[in-house]
Amino acid sequence: MKRLLLAAMALAILAACSSTPTKEQDGAAVEDRGGSTAQQAATTPPAAATGPTTAPLAATGVSGNPLKDPSNVLSKRSVFFELDSNIVKDEFKPLVSAHARYLQQNRGMKMTVQGNADERGSREYNLALGQRRADAVKQVMQLLGAQSDQIETISFGEEKPRATGHDEASLAENRRADIVYPND
Amino acid sequence: MKIIKLPLFLLALFFFVQTASAQLRIEVIGGGATQIPVAIVPFRAEEGLAQRLTPVVIADLARSGLFKIVDAGGMNPVPHEPEQLNYPQWRARGVDAVVIGSVTKARDGRYDIRFRVMDAAKQTQIAGFVYFATENQLRLTAHKIADVIYEKLTGDAGVFATRIAYVVKRGARYELHVADADGFGAQSVLGSNEPIISPSWSPDGSQLAYVSFEQKKPIVYVQSMTTGGRKAVAAFRGSNSAPAWSPDGRRLAVTLTRDGGSQLYMINADGSGAPHRLTQSVGIDTEANFSPDGKSILFTSDRGGGPQIYRIAASGGAAQRVTFEGNYNVSPRHSPDGKSFTFIQRNNGRFNVAVQDLATRQVQVLTDGGIDESPSFAPNSKVILYATEVGGRGILAAVSSDGRIKQRFTADVGDAREPAWSPVVNK
Repeated sequence: MKRLLLAAMALAILAACSSTPTKEQDGAAVEDRGGSTAQQAATTPPAAATGPTTAPLAATGVSGNPLKDPSNVLSKRSVFFELDSNIVKDEFKPLVSAHARYLQQNRGMKMTVQGNADERGSREYNLALGQRRADAVKQVMQLLGAQSDQIETISFGEEKPRATGHDEASLAENRRADIVYPND
Repeated sequence: MKIIKLPLFLLALFFFVQTASAQLRIEVIGGGATQIPVAIVPFRAEEGLAQRLTPVVIADLARSGLFKIVDAGGMNPVPHEPEQLNYPQWRARGVDAVVIGSVTKARDGRYDIRFRVMDAAKQTQIAGFVYFATENQLRLTAHKIADVIYEKLTGDAGVFATRIAYVVKRGARYELHVADADGFGAQSVLGSNEPIISPSWSPDGSQLAYVSFEQKKPIVYVQSMTTGGRKAVAAFRGSNSAPAWSPDGRRLAVTLTRDGGSQLYMINADGSGAPHRLTQSVGIDTEANFSPDGKSILFTSDRGGGPQIYRIAASGGAAQRVTFEGNYNVSPRHSPDGKSFTFIQRNNGRFNVAVQDLATRQVQVLTDGGIDESPSFAPNSKVILYATEVGGRGILAAVSSDGRIKQRFTADVGDAREPAWSPVVNK
């Protein structure tokens, strides 16, 4: 677990470094090498060795939390479903397993999976369909090592659509389960 | 919803009713094959009242689609007592019945309101009552008078003195409203920034159960209509929804996901004790609805693949399937007379209100709005209130249980949905 955290932090720091305009590190000391090495030993003493320069790490909003790191798959939270289906498609397996691993390695961490359904049909039946999608995501995560008591599954049914259109693209956007952590 | 084309022999009645300060406008479309012609004569001394009675009576009867309101003016003298009725003149106007009445101030400050329903052909009294009402009971009294006229002339109980609950969504704001059955006097009993669904009246009309998402997940509350106080009665791990009252008002059937999957459970209506699991299936079981005798429950289940309606004994056990047409039948609600249930049936992607007779299993589809949901029976089993959309806007609508008369209710602002018709309450 520590290794993952350290790795994650290193990743975060590197990511921060790469996007921050820091003073260019001068690296190793620059030595004057004019002429042959032996004859000029006395007249041109080597330049003073300058150590690596340091610069403050500019704030980028990344706190080191992998859940909120945009370059980390853990910041991705939505699983989309086919019509009348609650099967977790292959394209979402990496995302789901990353979160499962995170839970497995952070035994005290809890999450909620919120299921949604598109707007067609009975509200209560759609509430149950959304629930089924949330449960499907939880089941996959449990197979990958997350514990049941770390995951609560609830449903919003058709009540909180992300897309408000009535076209097929909007309906597809709402056939979705979202992974939510406490401090989101 | 497009206006339903009626066969020529049916009387087409388009009657627009706007009551003062109404927050729901109601339009009636369609009429029975035979409408009962009736005249309502303004009551003596009612013009001085803060709330006149006969306009409310007329509006109630007209809105039912079952009455033809005949002109009551131009009689000299204006009749308020039986002996003042000129029957030949009334018969010449083609009425079956004439309603007359009077209002006097009683000694205790209340109003003495008396009325009679007179048979124009037999020249006899069909019914007559006296009410004592305070000023703020005048409107309710008018509704009760309309109920009497309706019952005496159609044979069915009137529901004009009842209320409806429904949810209004305005932008990001949700409110649970309770209004009179004619749309008058809507009050908000709950306001929230999160959705509210599935309001359900207690059998005595004193409480509403509903589902609120205010705690970021669905939780069932029971709220008192008299005190405004409320309690979360089902807030278990997972989702809690679809509350349905037992006829004795002591328990609720609810849908819980606490054991994995949506299943039916019984809980005490006061939230005490532990839930008792009712169904055991690997599918979704939801939308429970008690039979009027309390012995069985209809519910939606997709244990067979797609959602259909099943019945289970209130004590639990095996469930039997009751719908066999098509592959999507949901939202069952018993008629109060126990003879049928209304539900939503999907055909070719269109969702419509239907009724199935419990004895014969015969199904009649009553609407063709295509996006209809949440059907709710009136207490007299004669009208079904439901939600639909017109022009992209959520509205409530009603259809008579024989499909002939349709009404449309529009909230002043916002989308209306999730209607629930209150029981009859004798106040």
